[in-house]
Amino acid sequence: MALYSEKVMDHFTHPRNVGVIENADGVGEVGNAKCGDIMKIYLKIENEIIVDVKFETFGCGSAIASSSMATEMIMGKSIHEAMQLTNKAVAEALDGLPLHKMHCSVLAEEAIKNALKDYFDKNNIPYDAKDFPDCEHCAHCD
Amino acid sequence: MQVYADNAATTKISPAALSAMMPVFETYYGNPSSLHSVGQEAKELLENARERLAKCIGCEPREIYFTSGGSEADNQAILSAAYNGAKKGKKHIISTAFEHHAVLHVLQKLEKEGFSVTYLDVKTNHNITAADVKAALQPDTCLVTVMYANNEIGSVLPISEIGAVCKEAGVPFHTDGVQAVGHLNIDVKKENIDMLSLSGHKFHGPKGVGALYCRRGLPLTNVIDGGAQERGKRAGTENLPAICGMVAALEECLANLEENTKKVTALRDKLIAGLSQIPHCALNGDPVHRLSGNVSFCFEGIEGESLLLLLDMKGVQASSGSACTSGSLDPSHVLLAIGRVHDVAHGSLRLSLSEYNTPEEIDHILTVVPEVVQYLRSISPVWRDLQTGKRQYIL
Repeated sequence: MALYSEKVMDHFTHPRNVGVIENADGVGEVGNAKCGDIMKIYLKIENEIIVDVKFETFGCGSAIASSSMATEMIMGKSIHEAMQLTNKAVAEALDGLPLHKMHCSVLAEEAIKNALKDYFDKNNIPYDAKDFPDCEHCAHCD
Repeated sequence: MQVYADNAATTKISPAALSAMMPVFETYYGNPSSLHSVGQEAKELLENARERLAKCIGCEPREIYFTSGGSEADNQAILSAAYNGAKKGKKHIISTAFEHHAVLHVLQKLEKEGFSVTYLDVKTNHNITAADVKAALQPDTCLVTVMYANNEIGSVLPISEIGAVCKEAGVPFHTDGVQAVGHLNIDVKKENIDMLSLSGHKFHGPKGVGALYCRRGLPLTNVIDGGAQERGKRAGTENLPAICGMVAALEECLANLEENTKKVTALRDKLIAGLSQIPHCALNGDPVHRLSGNVSFCFEGIEGESLLLLLDMKGVQASSGSACTSGSLDPSHVLLAIGRVHDVAHGSLRLSLSEYNTPEEIDHILTVVPEVVQYLRSISPVWRDLQTGKRQYIL
């Protein structure tokens, strides 16, 4: 059996939405080089709709695939819909991830939330802090 | 083009090894412990293999114990010397920080049992010196266990000099020779090696077989108890087909050693020179005292698992010390031991060559590795931060 599903390999080898958005409305970065994964998400938001999203990832194949899939899942969605994106949904959309790679999907969810939080902060939009867990709670790098 | 460049992980079996094994499956299938003729034929093959292996490394046949591989040999050598030392009140062991886990984990177990272990630092030249060993000796040192050559970064250790130090001090000396046997000329007597572990599948022999050389007079503790095989020191019916294959493979490697070394070293040096052109990379391992087939690099700004997957898709099979490739959370202890920080150790690549590789294959590797490194850097936020000065280059 292959290490990853065909979907993971497809998103890993042909990642969607790679790159940078200059003057993005929201930027989120999670992870650290010590633990081996860093994800950065850039959002362009107009009338509460995500009109563009780009990502950059330093990490393994599943981290790159998770970022790619997550950006595809929020493209064109409202910021409220994007807030509902879960790591489970990302992993399922990829036809599953190996157990020890699930944290990659967690990073994707958190990177997007981080970028949304940045957008809320920049625009003085109130939010509930507990909707934005940071990666510190993840035991992966302990 | 498919390029197998992971020969430090395992090798393709040689035609000589395979043809030595086939008749043992088909004709000489007896149990060497059986009294009847079929068993005695097998016994003859077994003792013949023992004699030939002994000749390959310069010891006596009765100093060879066949095992299931390098890990078992390492376990038995270290535990034997440690427990023997403990009987005399000696519970100190000298080793290095970049041993294979088959050594390191046994030492960690012994530490829990009250032994103390000095792990020699390998940051200077990614190697140790005999003087380092000498300086670490204590009155209660019962074992020096130092690998002959490192599996990840290819450093070849000064084994003869360390052997001389140990002999002078009267301390048993074990070396994990798994990466060295078949690739270097080894004479255990001349080099004052008391115990040496070897593994068949690292030199085009079969998997699941190895041997422990243990100098006559040094007591061995059983790791596997049971029947009286291997002079009572290793129970279990001998894996005769694999033993015959292993010895045939080793003889062939040694018969062609000079030629193979020359050929593989040239391929290695071409590969190292080519990969060194990639910006912000570093060669891991001793650049001078180095296995002829080892190429190990760290590339800044990328992660090793994605590098391996993309290389595999372009036909190059390699390995990495990245955490993501092992399923563990930390990068390789070897890369950390030589002083590579986590950020950089995650971006490691090991290409290990054999005499089966060709110059055309090296050209292919030199085409695809820079492409893949450049691509992964182009999508890496770490690389962007390095380029824009938000993060400082380490390499």
